Amino acid sequence: MAELDSKIPEGPIAEKWDKHRFNLKLINPANKRKYRVIVVGSGLAGASAAASLAELGFQVACFCYQDSARRAHSIAAQGGINAAKNYQNDGDSIYRLFYDTVKGGDFRAREANVYRLAQVSNNIMDQCVAQGVPFAREYGGCLDNRSFGGAQVSRTFYARGQTGQQLLLGAYSALCCQIGRGAVKMYPRHEMLDLVVIDGQARGIIARDMVSGAITRHVADAVAIGTGGYSNVFYLSTNAKGCNATAIWRAHVRGAYFANPCYTQIHPTCIPVTGEHQSKLTLMSESLRNDGRIWVPLAKEESRAPGKIPESERDYYLERKYPSFGNLAPRDISSRAAKQVCDEGRGIGKSKQGVYLDFADALKRLGRPVIEERYGNLFQMYEEITAEDPYHVPMRIFPAPHYTMGGLWVDYNLMSNLPGLHVIGEANFSDHGANRLGASALMQGLADGYFVLPYTIGDYLARAGICKAGTDHEAFKEAEEAVRGRLKKLLGKKEGKRSVDSFHRELGRLMWNGCGMGRTEASLKGALEKLPKLREAFWEEVKVPGDADHLNQELEKAGRVADLLELAELMCVDALDRSESCGGHFREESQTPDGEALRDDEHFCHVSAWEHAGAGKAPVLHKEPLKFDYVHLQTRSYK
Amino acid sequence: MAASQTEALSFFSTTIGKKLIMSITGAILLCFVIVHMLGNLQVFAGQAKLNAYAAFLQSLGGVLWAFRALMLLAVLLHIYTGLTLWFQNRASRPIRYHAFTPTKSTISSRNMMLLGLALGFFVVYHILHLTLGKVHPPFDPADVFTNVVRGFSQPLIAGAYVLAMIFLGLHLYHGVWSMFQSLGLTADRFDRARRGLATLVAVALTAGNISMPVAIFISNMPR
Amino acid sequence: MNFTLRVWRQKDASDPGRMVDHRADGIIPDMSFLEMLDVVNQKLIEKGEEPIAFDHDCREGICGCCGAVVNGTAHGPLPATTLCQLYMRHFRDGDVITIEPWRAKAFPVLRDLCVDRGALDRIMYAGGYITVRTGSAAEANAIPIPKPIADRAMDAAACIGCGACVAACPNASPMLFLSAKVSQYALLPQGQPERELRVKKMVAVAEASGFGACSVHAECEGVCPKNIKLTFISKLNRELIRAHLKS
Repeated sequence: MAELDSKIPEGPIAEKWDKHRFNLKLINPANKRKYRVIVVGSGLAGASAAASLAELGFQVACFCYQDSARRAHSIAAQGGINAAKNYQNDGDSIYRLFYDTVKGGDFRAREANVYRLAQVSNNIMDQCVAQGVPFAREYGGCLDNRSFGGAQVSRTFYARGQTGQQLLLGAYSALCCQIGRGAVKMYPRHEMLDLVVIDGQARGIIARDMVSGAITRHVADAVAIGTGGYSNVFYLSTNAKGCNATAIWRAHVRGAYFANPCYTQIHPTCIPVTGEHQSKLTLMSESLRNDGRIWVPLAKEESRAPGKIPESERDYYLERKYPSFGNLAPRDISSRAAKQVCDEGRGIGKSKQGVYLDFADALKRLGRPVIEERYGNLFQMYEEITAEDPYHVPMRIFPAPHYTMGGLWVDYNLMSNLPGLHVIGEANFSDHGANRLGASALMQGLADGYFVLPYTIGDYLARAGICKAGTDHEAFKEAEEAVRGRLKKLLGKKEGKRSVDSFHRELGRLMWNGCGMGRTEASLKGALEKLPKLREAFWEEVKVPGDADHLNQELEKAGRVADLLELAELMCVDALDRSESCGGHFREESQTPDGEALRDDEHFCHVSAWEHAGAGKAPVLHKEPLKFDYVHLQTRSYK
Repeated sequence: MAASQTEALSFFSTTIGKKLIMSITGAILLCFVIVHMLGNLQVFAGQAKLNAYAAFLQSLGGVLWAFRALMLLAVLLHIYTGLTLWFQNRASRPIRYHAFTPTKSTISSRNMMLLGLALGFFVVYHILHLTLGKVHPPFDPADVFTNVVRGFSQPLIAGAYVLAMIFLGLHLYHGVWSMFQSLGLTADRFDRARRGLATLVAVALTAGNISMPVAIFISNMPR
Repeated sequence: MNFTLRVWRQKDASDPGRMVDHRADGIIPDMSFLEMLDVVNQKLIEKGEEPIAFDHDCREGICGCCGAVVNGTAHGPLPATTLCQLYMRHFRDGDVITIEPWRAKAFPVLRDLCVDRGALDRIMYAGGYITVRTGSAAEANAIPIPKPIADRAMDAAACIGCGACVAACPNASPMLFLSAKVSQYALLPQGQPERELRVKKMVAVAEASGFGACSVHAECEGVCPKNIKLTFISKLNRELIRAHLKS
């Protein structure tokens, strides 16, 4: 499997990135302006990459489906961003951040990538502060930190409960600067519907102008995709309604390998589902776990109000099971523990699918003003959604799909196996292994966009040269026709009976039950049996009103759901193949006697990269073995 | 010099610059209205006092005309800039809403232009009435007191003055409040004080000015 | 709960558009306003009609995508709330609810409730940034910033760019949006080198976009989902005056 070359540089881990940067080919400044780069997505990764590449002198075109680049879903991240600054003098270091991330990812990430991530984490903080991101500060004027799930040091920087927003607006401001200079051409309300591959190299995209419906061809010398994850395969998730996998899925169909699709993160602290009508789930920041205590009643079928249940009849199960991390246990572990107590029949709320997150002790210890200062906006948001006051009644929370560690396979240079196609941020599979730690997504998105891709893409461009073909090339014509054909087919069933949403909901239920928090061979096989039927029904019965020449939100959704229906199958195939438990992927067959995830390093210490073999054919598995030279394979314990 | 002129031009071409003109001219006119009221309140001190005050003002000669020119300039600038902004504001929303439920704006803020125009017409009328004596003869330039009393004894004239002063109060209620904003002189912690000041100015000026026609009208009512 | 929706329907920019009545039946008080519209849209699709187009994305009140004027108030009757965070329990069963798009010359309607807020982006392109090349930043703690200043900058930075301030302003003025960004950077030491140039460039583009002037109605403050204060506009005025006096 020579083709899956991860291109990890030689040498000691602390020197790999520096050495690699020296070895990368450079392009002379006068020539840079001749190269064109397409960036799809304007989140933390996309916006920071587009801005940084434009600063270097490349011609950049940036696409996003939202009406403005500032609305990408990175904006919703609440908690914070990690950096190994060690401002708290509590023993943090680049090595410790690296160690925590590898361990937190349950030994399914590449050591070299993670080390690089930890290294540049400090540059990210410098960059963001310089951009005017208003991080929280101490009275002395220095940056403040807080602790976050899965770490025993305080390395998380934050801007109230809106860190993602502030970082994204920082990246957006850098992008604005370059758009203002004319160095980036921005295409808002444009959706990438296909990747164009010429002679084995990614050379452009087909996009649809979502207002006029125009299908347009865009040629470039390299393409970078930063379109986020695919949690919306579950229909109900914390992702924005528009988040979709179309860009990465279309790239996959065009030849890019999809790595570890089964690694999905279920976030432990979301507001529970209230009913069928629900359109999305709302995250309550993980930072709440710093002061909130999670519990359920000891007895099954408890019907008393939470305040009426005496201490002796409560089970603070995270504190009981994981005394050293307690309520700050990593996300996968906390989520699974919540599922376990609910499966035992001790869940709370009407649906019995929920646990309490209680602030009574913290309110007593710190007083209401401190709690208000720390979490005021979150408490307000909770009250607005549930009509319950968390200052008096414990919050009800339940895990919900939140992030996908899987994504397109990339090498150390963030380039997929398709030359020219670079994948950044959540859209790639790289740095989080099988589970992402809190406050690491922002770090990775910005690391890729600001400090990795701008170096590595230059190397590719210098080697590959300028694309001679124009948009009149046969490959563009073929891709455009494929896009038009799909749109026409989606609009073709005017007599159809079911809406896109009804299919999406059904897909979500199917995936939650078959490939959700706990997966079994039977559940996965069941899902794999039902998915092709659902997909068939979709294409037979989906009713999409309107036409393709106007703003048509149903048509947009239909295309995305069609792609998720295919991706869902690959997720199940991967989950079935990986018969071990690791991080966010929990195979119930593979657990320790006390219910912890049991890894099988002998058979599964590798990245599973799937090749699309064509419609209706089984995908082909390529394995990239993982080596752990620094953080030695061990059972991950937070006890 | 040329550079600073372009600088000023570019500033006053912005709506923010125009609002600054509105607030400065507004402040000048407000000062005048206050002084004007304080002077006129001497009507309560009797005929001799008021007429002496009027004679004193007339004796100022050149100073009086300079002052009048300044007032005229302020009024014209205030009206011209106000209308310019009003037309621009109208054009910024070509299709109106079917429903509009205000949250924080007030009757005065939403009707500044109408209130202002009404006051403009009132000023013309007021000058014709009590400065030039052209509208309600007889008129004696030397006996301001009698002119005033004669005018305010008639219900329509007194009513017009009362109404105009209510308009003035409404105009100032928003004008004083927003003046500080346009000058860039506000802070959250002074917000309530600013509201209070605007209310005080509006109520005091309205009440003070209304007291004259009302008192005169009532005392001259046929019993 | 059952409602009658009076909704602005407009096929595209060239269509004059009109108010159309739709039924919203079987609504649960726990639904958000947008979920209520989802229900209406599902019924319309079943009937073979085109659903009501409305912008939305995160549905947790932070992306700034959603927004409509509901019963005459931008983002609906609840203060400091985006439309997606407005729940139907705040309406009375049987209400007639008027739903209109943001209306401003600078925000052309694209379809139904979707408008083009690109003018706000163009203001940002003109100067809504601190110019700092990737990699050229100093150590993050090199410049201490007093907490009250950092907090005030954060108050301004909380703006989500939804455009409700423009929609609610009787003059369709963007000053609250503009002032929030100008203030954030003017407050921070990092923003000082470009302070004067920034405010001039941003104001110039805003002025050329067809917006109105600020008349201090304070409607923007009344509807702002992030509680951005009117005093930031005062700061903007001060910044512009200062910038012109300095040069």
